[in-house]
Amino acid sequence: MGKTVVLGVIGADCHAVGNKILERAFTDAGFNVVNIGVMCSQEEFINAAIETNADAILVSSLYGHGEIDCRGLREKCDEAGLKNILLYAGGNLVVGKQEWSEVEKRFKEMGFNRVYPPGTSPEVGIKDLKHDLGIED
Amino acid sequence: MDAALLIDFGSTYTKLTAVDLENEEILATAKDLTTVNTDIMIGFNKAFEKLKEKIDISKVNFVEKLACSSAAGGLKMIAIGLVPELTAEAAKRAALGAGARILGVYSYELTKHEIEEIIEKKPDIILLAGGTDGGNKDCILHNTKLIAEYIHDVPVVVAGNKNAQDEIDAIFNDAHIYHKITENVMPRLNQINVEPARKVIREIFMEKIVEAKGMKKAEEFIGGILMPTPAAVLKAARILADGTDKEEGIGELVVVDIGGATTDVHSIASGEPSKAGVTLRGLQEPYAKRTVEGDLGMRVSAMSLFEAAGTRKIKKFIPDTKYDIEQRCKFLQQNVNFVPEKQEDIDFDEALAMVATDMAMERHVGFIESVYTPMGIIYSQVGKDLLNVKYLIGTGGVIVHSKNPKKILSAGKFNSETPNYLKPMDPEILVDKEYIMSAMGLLAEKYPDKAVRIMKKYIVKA
Repeated sequence: MGKTVVLGVIGADCHAVGNKILERAFTDAGFNVVNIGVMCSQEEFINAAIETNADAILVSSLYGHGEIDCRGLREKCDEAGLKNILLYAGGNLVVGKQEWSEVEKRFKEMGFNRVYPPGTSPEVGIKDLKHDLGIED
Repeated sequence: MDAALLIDFGSTYTKLTAVDLENEEILATAKDLTTVNTDIMIGFNKAFEKLKEKIDISKVNFVEKLACSSAAGGLKMIAIGLVPELTAEAAKRAALGAGARILGVYSYELTKHEIEEIIEKKPDIILLAGGTDGGNKDCILHNTKLIAEYIHDVPVVVAGNKNAQDEIDAIFNDAHIYHKITENVMPRLNQINVEPARKVIREIFMEKIVEAKGMKKAEEFIGGILMPTPAAVLKAARILADGTDKEEGIGELVVVDIGGATTDVHSIASGEPSKAGVTLRGLQEPYAKRTVEGDLGMRVSAMSLFEAAGTRKIKKFIPDTKYDIEQRCKFLQQNVNFVPEKQEDIDFDEALAMVATDMAMERHVGFIESVYTPMGIIYSQVGKDLLNVKYLIGTGGVIVHSKNPKKILSAGKFNSETPNYLKPMDPEILVDKEYIMSAMGLLAEKYPDKAVRIMKKYIVKA
């Protein structure tokens, strides 16, 4: 069985289209995708990752509140025993015109392993995930 | 005439129902106190004598004798899972649907202290789950090892991560622990699969528990004790809603069963959102769902009902009572065999029944939350939407014997004061007048078409 990833849209965000596209793309790339859908709390990501023994959590956020929603996720993962689980975030993570390098830096400080700006194609994330998990292409 | 004798060895009463299989009619019912502590057949024989007074036994040939039981504490179970909201909850729902009384739900890796607690609770069966298929194995293996080491005489149903089954099987075999392995209660995240576990629980109930509870003797006379009583009620509800291959059912329904110690609610409905633009969240709900409220009951649980509801809520249903609510509930708890005769006592009992209905329904149904987002208000639903359910059916002593079953059951309808709870909006209210639902669940094992037709005839408009 391939590596398991938990995929979902965090916070009070109900953008479902990108979520479906990512599910399809990661499944086609050989991952076992556990898609928890839209409007998910941090706890739902963590519970899903525990039950499914996931290797990574992929968080999407489209509505601009991603920074608030994602804060503390790494700490809670540590607390829940998900030590060193990979955390990725992508979408429209922040509002307004902000320098991407600054945004990326803040998310990395929050414990995310990879952070993606708007318009990133799924292939980029797939390639990174394979690399981070040590899977040969 | 060919007839069926259907027996319910209840916690208090042994109830008999004689059914004419040719004309599909209830011939008679009778009851007497259950005598599980001495010899279960004493109470049965007394009830059977009473039954014989009502029918001409020489003309009746009982071709079927089937029984269910909730005597000797019912089927007592412990449910174990990994995450409380996920596999532990799925295991709990599977056990409830099998007609069990849940003594405790445990999650994550068990501790020795918890193991001691489980032993002290003396369960009949342990349901062990944890992990989706291909998911976490560590937790269920840890719990398997602890059970194998410390708990030796309780049958275990294993319904967890498929990939851990072989190891679990080996550990339990080495420790000579009676166990059965079945499909995972949550094979994929948020997707539940309770029927296989329910089936295995019932098998163990028939093979081991009936004997352990001193009811084996009854099986010499009757065909078999097939299932716990609540499972029979759920089965009856399900077949009444869905029908059979030949006989049409009546559609989605809810059954409220108020007893002395608990209030059970069974819903046979998909529970999907009935309004547009609602996001469904959380663990998938079983189509046939049973919940049990151990703190809501007419006698044994009268005080816990008082504590859960409070004076004001009870007063709302009986504003003019002369009784002090708390004192009265205490009295009812201490006098479990009290049968109300005076009008004021009947009124008080009915008020308690309404509170129990209201609260048990509130806990059973799903609820809607409005979430404020940058895109406006969004509604998210957790649990079953029962707004459009067609029938609300009442059973259990207080409802069956009441002159106002409709009044009691109306407390379970949608209430605009608490619009977040998705209770039935405008159901037709029916009552199990002859108190036959558990009997029909039994009959449905052999004669499903007849069971549906008899229920349609005898479960009537309140």
